[in-house]
Amino acid sequence: MTPTVVLPVIVGGLYAAGVYLLLDRSLTRVLLGFLLLGNATNLLVLSAGGPAGFAPILGYSEPEEMTDPLPQALILTAIVITFGVSAFVLAMIHRSWRLVHQEVVGTDEEDRRVAARSATDADELDPDDLDPEDRAAGHADSLHTPDGDDMGVDDVDLPAGTGAR
Amino acid sequence: MLFLLFLHLLAGLLAPVFVRWWGRQAFLVLALVPAAGLVWTLAQLGTVLGGDDVTETVPWIPALDLDVALRLDALALTFAALVTGVGALVFVYCARYFAADDEGLGRFAGTLTAFAGSMLGLVLADDLLLLYVFWELTTVFSFLLIGGSGRRLAARRAASQALILTTAGGLAMLVGLIMIGQASGSFLLSEVVADPGTGSGMVAGTLLVLAGAVTKSAMVPFHFWLPAAMEAPTPVSAYLHAAAMVKAGIYLVARLAPGFADVPGWRPVVLGLGLATMLVGGYRSLRQNDLKLLLAFGTVSQLGFLLVLVGAGSRELAAAGLAMTIAHALFKSTLFLTVGVVDHATGTRDLRKLSGLGRRLPVLAAVGLLAGASMAGVPPLFGFVGKEAAFTALWEGGLASRTAAAFELTGLVLGSLLTAAYTLRFVWGAFARKRGVPDTVPAHPPGALFLTAPVVLALAGLVAGPASPLLEPVVGDYAETLPLLAPEYEELGLWHGVQPALALTAVTLLGGAALFAARAPLNRLQRRVAVGASADEGYWNVVQGIDRLSVLVTGTTQRGSLPAYLGTILVVVLALPGWILLTRAPWPGEWRAWDTPVQAMVGVVVITAALLALRIRQRLSAVLVVGVTGYGSAVLFVLQGAPDLALTQFLVETLTLVVFVLVLRKLPKDITERHRPRERAFRGVIAVAVGAFMAAVGAVALSARTATPVSVDYPEEAFEFGGGKNIVNVTLVDIRAWDTLGEISLLVVAATGVASLVFLRGRTGGVERITSSALAARRRRSGRAPRDRWLAATAILDPARRSVVLEVITRILFHTITVFSLYLLFSGHNEPGGGFAGGLVAGLALVLRYLAGGRYELGEAAPVAPGLLLGTGLLFAGGTGVAGLLLGAEVLQTAILETDVPVLGHIKLVTSLFFDIGVYLIVVGLALDVLRSLGAELDRQEDEDDPIELNPGEVVVR
Repeated sequence: MTPTVVLPVIVGGLYAAGVYLLLDRSLTRVLLGFLLLGNATNLLVLSAGGPAGFAPILGYSEPEEMTDPLPQALILTAIVITFGVSAFVLAMIHRSWRLVHQEVVGTDEEDRRVAARSATDADELDPDDLDPEDRAAGHADSLHTPDGDDMGVDDVDLPAGTGAR
Repeated sequence: MLFLLFLHLLAGLLAPVFVRWWGRQAFLVLALVPAAGLVWTLAQLGTVLGGDDVTETVPWIPALDLDVALRLDALALTFAALVTGVGALVFVYCARYFAADDEGLGRFAGTLTAFAGSMLGLVLADDLLLLYVFWELTTVFSFLLIGGSGRRLAARRAASQALILTTAGGLAMLVGLIMIGQASGSFLLSEVVADPGTGSGMVAGTLLVLAGAVTKSAMVPFHFWLPAAMEAPTPVSAYLHAAAMVKAGIYLVARLAPGFADVPGWRPVVLGLGLATMLVGGYRSLRQNDLKLLLAFGTVSQLGFLLVLVGAGSRELAAAGLAMTIAHALFKSTLFLTVGVVDHATGTRDLRKLSGLGRRLPVLAAVGLLAGASMAGVPPLFGFVGKEAAFTALWEGGLASRTAAAFELTGLVLGSLLTAAYTLRFVWGAFARKRGVPDTVPAHPPGALFLTAPVVLALAGLVAGPASPLLEPVVGDYAETLPLLAPEYEELGLWHGVQPALALTAVTLLGGAALFAARAPLNRLQRRVAVGASADEGYWNVVQGIDRLSVLVTGTTQRGSLPAYLGTILVVVLALPGWILLTRAPWPGEWRAWDTPVQAMVGVVVITAALLALRIRQRLSAVLVVGVTGYGSAVLFVLQGAPDLALTQFLVETLTLVVFVLVLRKLPKDITERHRPRERAFRGVIAVAVGAFMAAVGAVALSARTATPVSVDYPEEAFEFGGGKNIVNVTLVDIRAWDTLGEISLLVVAATGVASLVFLRGRTGGVERITSSALAARRRRSGRAPRDRWLAATAILDPARRSVVLEVITRILFHTITVFSLYLLFSGHNEPGGGFAGGLVAGLALVLRYLAGGRYELGEAAPVAPGLLLGTGLLFAGGTGVAGLLLGAEVLQTAILETDVPVLGHIKLVTSLFFDIGVYLIVVGLALDVLRSLGAELDRQEDEDDPIELNPGEVVVR
């Protein structure tokens, strides 16, 4: 099929504007960018459906003259879903404003903490760095008990009665 | 056999209930389950010895050719009897070991029962993949049993260590099993062993399977998880880590040996690792002071011994190995249970603190002594029988290479010598009176039931020695599957006369005694030659290294900035699909300017509005120009021939604007600019590139379309099967109804999300309604009657905020609009419209009421909870699908009912109408929920000067 010049240009322009707004830190602008991207995508799908024609309703036109109904069905639900998601983001903007008087996507502090993390979890620590009672039994790196214990030296003592009670 | 597995599963599920009802006595009931397994297993003895295997096959996943294939032969019978017999006794023991109020006892009971079932399934499985499933189940249950409540760090670490090591081996084994299955052309274990196939794939698969067996059975260098697993309660150690789970590797090697012992690499791995493990375990065992740890290292040592015997691949050694497996299960469980009783009675397991316990608990001491004697190989106990059979076999043949046999024999004798030494250390440590240590007084001496399990097991070991010829049929039945290397096969028996093996036994016993006598210098020596490194240390270093690496990778890639992430994604889009677009895509050969010139005019408006949106800092203006692009799109839809889309787009755009305004009234007028010029330039470059890319995609997509569209038959199908003329609507409610069902569910989620974000708690219920008394009071005060007649609740409004013109218009239009929305809904099947458009129109009617009369007016207009609308809508849509199923059609299939009714004439009812009603209700519910949250609730918060809703103690970081 032959593409038009106009529709790709409109689609490209809307995408460019939408992406620019999407990369902003202000949530309002992100949402506006999202709306532009939504419109752009709808037009892209529509234009991929083929050239313009008559409405796909029997009785108004013959099936050969109709535009492709499938992209239309896809776009129709997309329009309504875009509305639902926009309402959700608006509620988020409101919430963010109410709590911290800001509506920006800040830097994720949790990610920064992970990046700066120096110590590891106790569950992964080297046994030598743990209290003796937290070491797994039979850990064999330490024979550091005082000499002269003629009964022999254990690796690491299990705390008494750790079995069940 | 399957019923036994189901019995375990059922008992495992019910175990927590039993424990709640009967406390620790529940274990006595649960013991009946493995006991039933034992009875059934022994009842099959005659059949199995008669040469017939008991098999059972149930199709499981036919598509994958996966069956639940179970098979009981002599080997499986031996292991099944051990698993169920020891299991039943351990359950009885549990009934006294635990206190009634122990935390998590119900969970423990369930897990232990489930483990018993998985282990039984493992030894019965005749399918490679089924075997793997049970194999991993035992790993998981072992993890749960070691970890216990998860409160203790050491237990958690031991549990995860065991899990990581055994699943790593298990995954290698899975790959190996699949390779073996491919090589031999069958996944049935019995067929694979009979004909293992050939080729390098089979060799590699065999080595991978051995990796699984070696980790599971705690061979060097993976032996360290077993001592660490001693964090588990003693019954678990006795069952899982002595009799059952660690024997899984031994079982697998024994099972595969008849077919795979001659595979290159098998004997070096099995014989080498087995021997090394036996020596390392024995050596380490000699320096333990904790009785349980001493036994744990002893178990490691014995597992190495067993692996050598069952993996050697000769008839005489296999028989010795199977006998030794039985002996080990009997004596090692007994010893663990004995330690449990000691621990229970005295509160310690430290052999430096225990003294003189033998005289105070004579029965226990006798049990420990018997089991210990069996472990050391003292006649006439069963351990002696097994060990002597092994020595004889190696002396007279056993391995094809005489050098290897001599080497192994020397190693095994040395290992047995260590065994005798640590056995003496154990018996002495637990029961002897020691100089300088005060006598230990048991706080609560064990009762009869507590001692039942160790006594029975110890006596079994005693009786089995002289009675060993009775076991010969079973052991021999398995051993016959392997080639005999020695001149003649020597049957199991207590007395074979004076022969070299007897002398070797004497050497091990005397040497062990000497080693024990010299324990003090020996320990000093051990300390002197100790090296700083150990396998355990290596494990933790590897784990820590992986942890550091993951932190490094996460920290490098996750910078915490949303624009950075989005930018990365977009750059990747440009780099990969963009490159393909440039190099591979079929560029259109010819272009048209437009479908109609109007498109170009609209395009100019849309692009201008979009560019304006980039620079405008005032929020409301920015929203309005973005709205222009939306309306522009709607016009383009009209031009393209899509009236349904245009209608929906117009309605949604209007609704979006209203909702934006509702929120923006709470925000500052302007958007603060937060980006440096360089950032903006970078964003601009990405944006322009993405725009160009997407424009190219649009053009290429159209020129690439050469096949017939899937929708070419839609018009005919829509009328024929869907009974409608509006093809888009029929597509939504019939042809692609599944899609629509998913999408309206998403709308329900979005509506719920909006309400949750605004209300935070108590978001159910409808819009707040005005009470009649408040209205009456207000009327009295205002004193001007006629003005409040137009709408139901406007009287409550401040006169300055009222607009009578709007009230009048609303009064006139509201019902008309509502009727129109219903018209769109019902006519949508044949004309433009449908559930989406109708619902949006109804939503706009509600907007009108809200704008004219405030939040109480909204409550009067829609006195219904939005959640109810959303739920009913989903019920309608889903119910249509189910109804189709009930009527014998496909899910969501449309039925057309036509009838002539007097007065009304010809009526045609299409069932997909009910689906569309569901869509309608959900869209109305969404609009109402958004208005209620972002409209009415925000008003209420302002009216009542409601601060941020916080729970007491909640802190908000500003």
